[in-house]
Amino acid sequence: MAVVLDFEKPIVEIQKKIDELKKLSETSGLDMEQQIQDFEKQAQERKKELYSNLKPSEKLQIARHQERPKFLDYVELICTDFIELHGDREGMDDRAIIGGLAKIDGKPVMIIGIQKGKTTKENLEYNFGMPQPQGYRKALRLFKHANKFNLPIITLIDTPGAYPGIKAEETGQGAAIAVNLREMSKLCVPIIAIITGEGCSGGALGLGVADRVMMLEHAYYTVISPEGCASILWRDAAMFAEAAEALKITSKDLLELGIIDEEIKEPIGGAHADYKATADNMKTAIKNAIDELSKLPVDKLREERYEKFRAMGRFIEG
Amino acid sequence: MTIQEWFDKRKEAQIERRAKEMRGIEDANPSLWIKCVHCDSQILKTELEDNQMVCPHCDYHFRINARTRISQLFDEGSFEEFFKGVHPTDPLNFVDTESYAERLKKAHAKTGLDEAVITGLATIEGHKIAVAVMDFDYMGGSMGSVVGEKVTRIMEKALALKLPMLAITSSGGARMQESALSLMQMAKTSCAVGKLDEAGLLYINLLTEPTFGGITASFGTLGDIIIAEQGARIGFAGRRVIEQTIRQKLPEDFQTAEYLLKFGQVDIVSKRKNLRKTLANILDMHGV
Repeated sequence: MAVVLDFEKPIVEIQKKIDELKKLSETSGLDMEQQIQDFEKQAQERKKELYSNLKPSEKLQIARHQERPKFLDYVELICTDFIELHGDREGMDDRAIIGGLAKIDGKPVMIIGIQKGKTTKENLEYNFGMPQPQGYRKALRLFKHANKFNLPIITLIDTPGAYPGIKAEETGQGAAIAVNLREMSKLCVPIIAIITGEGCSGGALGLGVADRVMMLEHAYYTVISPEGCASILWRDAAMFAEAAEALKITSKDLLELGIIDEEIKEPIGGAHADYKATADNMKTAIKNAIDELSKLPVDKLREERYEKFRAMGRFIEG
Repeated sequence: MTIQEWFDKRKEAQIERRAKEMRGIEDANPSLWIKCVHCDSQILKTELEDNQMVCPHCDYHFRINARTRISQLFDEGSFEEFFKGVHPTDPLNFVDTESYAERLKKAHAKTGLDEAVITGLATIEGHKIAVAVMDFDYMGGSMGSVVGEKVTRIMEKALALKLPMLAITSSGGARMQESALSLMQMAKTSCAVGKLDEAGLLYINLLTEPTFGGITASFGTLGDIIIAEQGARIGFAGRRVIEQTIRQKLPEDFQTAEYLLKFGQVDIVSKRKNLRKTLANILDMHGV
């Protein structure tokens, strides 16, 4: 059964009425077409209204929606001929980060993303989208491969954070992310990063130093999860909605702050309501960015990438 | 003096007094004894200072602030501060149980610093270096826009002057009150390290108590050589977060400098008293 978010309940109520009317018209033979249409229109309008006025805490629920498309869904809808490339060559193939060669409208790219599951079984396999250091190192290996063979890099980011575990610390979780930040700045090929769901902290940024950083409309991007922030600053994780508000985590906020370059629209009802429409919007954005970036000479591409992140931050001088 | 002014003045005095209280015994009773938090022995404060804030009985290394670090580590009078004029603002109008603006004021009153990092040029046994020294007492040494900007500027200065760069970290990580802007400082500083790297300049990390989160995941661990001070706690995720995630007890020495050395994450664990010599030797052997 479909997962219904709290704020979507009014729409579900209307939908129930529509279903009842349909049943009634079938059994009684009465013509209720007009009423059904009215209700359907009402439901659609209500939905549109709800989805264009979402609070940050509501966007959190959409970004984390179990049925929200995951990395491999997008690969299937955007690319053809995906060939997964496994492993960090040092003893591990972290399943939370998946990457490989693929074609977008016939042109080869390197696509790498953080994978989450939709079921418990899948989530155990993908570690709930929380990569280990070895995942970041696998990504780095693929970045370098793309660099060597002049392939544009696309990263899709959806993570509650890098995995906090014993082995992760012992094998250098912080350093693995740090090295990616440094090395991504040096790459000579276009890099496009898209926050598709959760963009939480360094674990997200570890694939996020790109020429174009984009965000799906209801994704979120933040330095710390609203729950984590609330438990530290408010000393109460239940204050997460306030924290989500204060942290300015939405695509609109981040566009204003210059953290992201572009927002990719989601269909009404969110990405989970229409995978294909979402993927189509994403594909258009990716293709446009690759076209623009491919025109730049390598030096300029790298310089602009450096200057873009160099300019981030707000302070006063004097 | 209007009543409002009188109230404001009284409030300022209160803030100052509270900050002094927080600094504890040091300011209030300069001649008194300090209890070692590790071995419980009573140490004369002057004796502790003469021993570089290391317990003479058990070798416990007390956490020290940026000013003390500078006076201990660099040639006397050699430190020249740069970029002092970069000040924090409150870009998100962040308010939790207290406003960010208020927290910044308090941090300034407590430490006398303008931000959580001091940047400049100095010499160590005559070797000239660019340095960034973090201060945990200023909002947990957290990195917001100013820390990121100052660290990047001093790295760019090292690049322009072809100097080796030393970053001394002491921080809980990225600063929550500037959210994504803080997160991007990780990218900004790491990209600057990339430039040092490509220019073939030596970059050294000195990780001190404590270094966590956004600092270990950015410029804090990108050094050509990583030195950790004895006993320092270093990690990506906090101990409590890990315990809650994996629901098991962690080893006692987990995330200490010594533990990381065992797992190949740092090059050297050094006692405080040996740091100057070790750094001078390293600089010497790189011909800088």
